Amino acid sequence: MANETEIKYLTPIAVNTNRKKYCRFKKSGIKYIDYKDADFLLKFVNEQGKILPRRLTGTSNKYQKKVAQAVKRARHLALMPYVADLLK
Amino acid sequence: MVNQYETVFIMTPVLSDQQIKETVKKYQSLLIDNKAEIVFEHNWGMRKLAYPIQKKTTGFYYLIEFKAEGNVIATLETAYKRDETLLRFLTVSLDKHAVAYNEKKRANGLKSQQAKKVEVKKEVVNDVFTNEEEE
Repeated sequence: MANETEIKYLTPIAVNTNRKKYCRFKKSGIKYIDYKDADFLLKFVNEQGKILPRRLTGTSNKYQKKVAQAVKRARHLALMPYVADLLK
Repeated sequence: MVNQYETVFIMTPVLSDQQIKETVKKYQSLLIDNKAEIVFEHNWGMRKLAYPIQKKTTGFYYLIEFKAEGNVIATLETAYKRDETLLRFLTVSLDKHAVAYNEKKRANGLKSQQAKKVEVKKEVVNDVFTNEEEE
């Protein structure tokens, strides 16, 4: 028990900070985003069904445009909702 | 120039099996009459809609992938618009990546597509997993 109290950190431990975001499409070499695969597209919307910004997902601009297009197509075909509550 | 296209349409759930077949056949023959080459067809069957359309909560989905001249799309879509049995339709042109993706998906899911509908559901689940593995 005594040992525990002795441990003191001068600076707070960095946990998961500075973890670099990456574009999952570039990394895994996915070239086409299928609008029919609603389960996959669900990763790129929040629980209200809004498309998440690149700032949060880390997707590159090239693929963010394709994600947005795919989500919009899926919405048109009623595979995904335009508005929702508690989607996840 | 011949492009590859993919079209999905949603029919109302009020139709009988016979009427569904007729509707599908109508568009197939329309495409063939316009010298389009049908590459692939897939009947998704009855599906729940994510939100109600024309006060319907379900619909019959049908997908046709075909190669055609660009002017065929206009005739196809006017036919869609005139058809009151359709809830929605979407036609997209496929780039080379999309064609490759579809062919790969077809090759993977060929066995399960020949089997029953339960198998189709499993295939969807598998697709999700393969996507995750690729990450």
